[in-house]
Amino acid sequence: MVLKDEINNVRENLIMKKNVAMIDATGVYYRDLNSLLRSLDGNGIEKIEIRNVYGQRYIGTDLDGHIKIDVYGTPGNDLGAFMRGANITVHGNVQDGCGNTMDHGQIVVHGRAGDLVGHSMRGGKIFIRDDAGYRVGIHMKEYLGKRPFIVIGGTAQDFLGEYMAGGVLVVLGINMKERRHNARFVGTGMHGGTMYIRGEVRHLGEEVEVTDLKEDDYRLLGSLVDEFCSYYGLDAEKILESKFSKLSPVSSRPYGGLYAY
Amino acid sequence: MKSYVIPEYIVERDQDRCIRCKVCVNQCSYDTHYYDEEDDIILSRNENCVNCQRCATFCPTQAITIRENPNHYRSNANWTQEAIAGIKKQAETGGVVLTGMGCDKPNLTYWDRLLLNASQVTNPSIDPLREPMELRTYIGSKPDSLELDMEESGGVMLKTKLAPQLRLETPIMFSAMSYGSISLNVHKSLARAASEVGTFYNTGEGGLDKSLYKYGDHVIVQVASGRFGVHPEYLNAGAAIEIKIGQGAKPGIGGHLPGEKVSEEISETRMIPLGTDALSPAPQHDIYSIEDLRQLIYALKEATDYTKPVFVKIAAVHNSAAIASGIVRAGADAVVLDGVRGGTGAAPRIIRDNVGIPIEVALAAVDQRLRDERIRNQASVIAAGGIKSSADVLKAIALGADAVYIATAALVSLGCTVCQKCYTGKCPWGIATTDLWLTKRINPDIGAKRLVGLLRGWSLEIMEMMGGMGINAIESVRGNRLLLRGVGLSDTELKILGVRMAGE
Repeated sequence: MVLKDEINNVRENLIMKKNVAMIDATGVYYRDLNSLLRSLDGNGIEKIEIRNVYGQRYIGTDLDGHIKIDVYGTPGNDLGAFMRGANITVHGNVQDGCGNTMDHGQIVVHGRAGDLVGHSMRGGKIFIRDDAGYRVGIHMKEYLGKRPFIVIGGTAQDFLGEYMAGGVLVVLGINMKERRHNARFVGTGMHGGTMYIRGEVRHLGEEVEVTDLKEDDYRLLGSLVDEFCSYYGLDAEKILESKFSKLSPVSSRPYGGLYAY
Repeated sequence: MKSYVIPEYIVERDQDRCIRCKVCVNQCSYDTHYYDEEDDIILSRNENCVNCQRCATFCPTQAITIRENPNHYRSNANWTQEAIAGIKKQAETGGVVLTGMGCDKPNLTYWDRLLLNASQVTNPSIDPLREPMELRTYIGSKPDSLELDMEESGGVMLKTKLAPQLRLETPIMFSAMSYGSISLNVHKSLARAASEVGTFYNTGEGGLDKSLYKYGDHVIVQVASGRFGVHPEYLNAGAAIEIKIGQGAKPGIGGHLPGEKVSEEISETRMIPLGTDALSPAPQHDIYSIEDLRQLIYALKEATDYTKPVFVKIAAVHNSAAIASGIVRAGADAVVLDGVRGGTGAAPRIIRDNVGIPIEVALAAVDQRLRDERIRNQASVIAAGGIKSSADVLKAIALGADAVYIATAALVSLGCTVCQKCYTGKCPWGIATTDLWLTKRINPDIGAKRLVGLLRGWSLEIMEMMGGMGINAIESVRGNRLLLRGVGLSDTELKILGVRMAGE
C-alpha cells in the first residue's frame, strides 16, 4: 500500500492487520490524523480503529468510501463534517458540530453530543445514545432521495430543529428526570421535515404544529427506534409504548407574507 | 383597500409611430402594455411600469418614452417621494419594503472624490500599446519569507511551500450572485467569460449547476448560512471556496429566496424541495466567534485537502478592520469586503440604504490595520460593492485591494438597467429571474461576449491609467496611496483613507 509522504511523521502510530488499520492518536495533530485517514481511504481498507482520540477535529471529513471507522475517546468538533459515506462509531462523547453539513454516511455515538448535531445535514443518519446540546438538526434539509435522520436517546436543548427544512429528527427522552423536555424554541422557523418527540415539549416555535402520529409515522418511527436500540442494546418495544408527539411545520413558506411588494 | 400609491412612471406612446407590432406587449413581464383589438390600439397600465426600458429598447419605431410621473407630491427635501410612497405601501400591506440592486442614494460614495496621478516631465509615462503591462494578480496567502535552494547547476529552486493561489489575468472577478436570484443562462455567461479572460466567477450560495462543473477552474464556490447545494463534490468543483458571512446590501441579515423562484432546476441545484422558501439564516449557525470561523475555514480546507484558497466575505461595517484581522488570523486566504453600495437580488430597502459603511473607507482601514499588524501578506483583500468603472477598480487597488469583485456592472453589460426590481423575479431582461420564458432572453454565447468585452475594455483603461502614471505592473499600484489625492474631503476622511488632499 502506498501512503502519501505527508503522513511520514505519524507512520509509527499506524498498525495494519489485513484490511484493518489501527491508529494510536495519542499526541497526533488533527491535520496529520486526517491526512493519514485520507491516505488509507480507498486503499482496500475496510475498517479503521482510532484509539486515544483527544479532541482531534474533522475526523471523517473528505473520505470517499464506505469505510468503517471506530473512534475510541473524544473526537473534536465537526466530526464527519461534509461527510459522504463513511460509517463512524464513537465509543465516547462527541463535541460540537457532529455531522455538520453531512451528505451521506452514518455516525453512532455511545455517549453524549455537544451543540449543533447534524447542522444543515442533507443525508445519512446520526444516532446519539444520551443527551445532545443546543440547536440539534438546525436547518436539516431533504431533497429527492436524500433524507437525513437524527435520533437522540436523551433530551436536547433549545432551538432543536430550528429552520428545519427536511429530514426526520427523533428525541426519545430516555432517562429524563422529568417527563418534560427542557428545550425552548423547538422548531423555530421550521418549514419542512418532521420531529417525533417522546415526552412533553416545554416551549415550541410559532411555526410548528403538534399532532398525533398516524400509521405511517409509527412505521417510520418504529424502524428508527429499532435501529437505535440495536446499537445500544435497548428495548425498542418499551420505548415505543410511550406517547410520542409529531411536530410539523405549519407552512413551507413561513415568511411569505413578510414583505410589501 | 384602495391603494394611494401613485404610479412612479408614465408610459407615453406616440400613436403615429406605433405600428401595433405588439413587441412591447410581449416583452413586458409586468403586464404594462396591452392590445385593444376593438380599437386596434396598444395601451399601457402606468402603475405596472418599472422603467426597465425593455419595451423602449425593443420598439422598432421608437414609439415609447417612459417618463417619471410629473404628477408627484409637493416637493419636500425631507418628505421625499420615496418616503411618502414607502409609508403608503407599508400602511396598505403591513410589510417590509423590498428592493433590489445597491443603494441608490448619492451621499455614500468616495470614488468620485479620489483622483489618480499621472507622470509629467519628471518621470516618463508608458504607452501600454507598445510596452508590456502587467495586470496579472495572484489571490491567496503569501509567505512571510521565501527559502530558496541553490542548485549545483546554478539554478534556484523555491523551497518554501506556497499556499494555493488563484491566478487572475486582470484584477476583476465576478461577485457572488446565486443561481436562483439570477438565471442559469447568466451563470453560463459569467462562467464562460471568466474562463475566456482568465478570471473567476462566484456561484453565490445557490450551488453550482452540473453543466457548469466543466468551468470549475474559473469558479469560486460559496458556502453560506443556508448551505444550499453544499456537498463534497461542489466544494471540490471550484478553484476556491468563499464563506459568506455578510453582504454589503444587507449586513447582518439573512435571505429568503421566495418559493415562487424555487423552480425544478433551482430545487435540484440547491437540493431543497420545489416551491419552499429557501431560507438563509442571518448568522452561520456554526460561527459565533472568530474561533468558530477558524473551525469552518479548516473544515473546508480538510474537505478539499488544503488544495484551495478559502475566502471569507463580510459586509463593510463599523469595526471591519478588527474583524478582518480576526479573519486573517483565523486562516482565511482572502478577505472580501462588500461595501454599503453593494448590490442584491432582494433586501429590505431600509437596510440596504442605512446599514454598513462605504467600501472605500472600510478597505483603507482594513489594509492599514493588516499592515500595522504585519499580517497583510497572509491574506489577499478583495473589494466589492459599487464598483462601476475601471477607475474605481484602480482606485480600490491603490487603496489596498488585491482585486475587486463586480456584479452589478456585469449584469448591466448583459442588459440590466438597474431598475431595482430584481426581487419580483420577473426581470424583463431575463437576468434576475428563473422563469424559463424570460431566461431565454439571455443567450450565453452573446452574454459571454458582452462580459468579455466589458473586462477587456476596463483592463485596457486600467493599463492606460497605469501607463500614464509611469507604472507597468499592477503590483506597484497595490496599496500605493500616494497615487491618489482627495477633493472635497474633511481631514478625518483623508486620514482614514490615508490619502492627501489634492494640491498637497
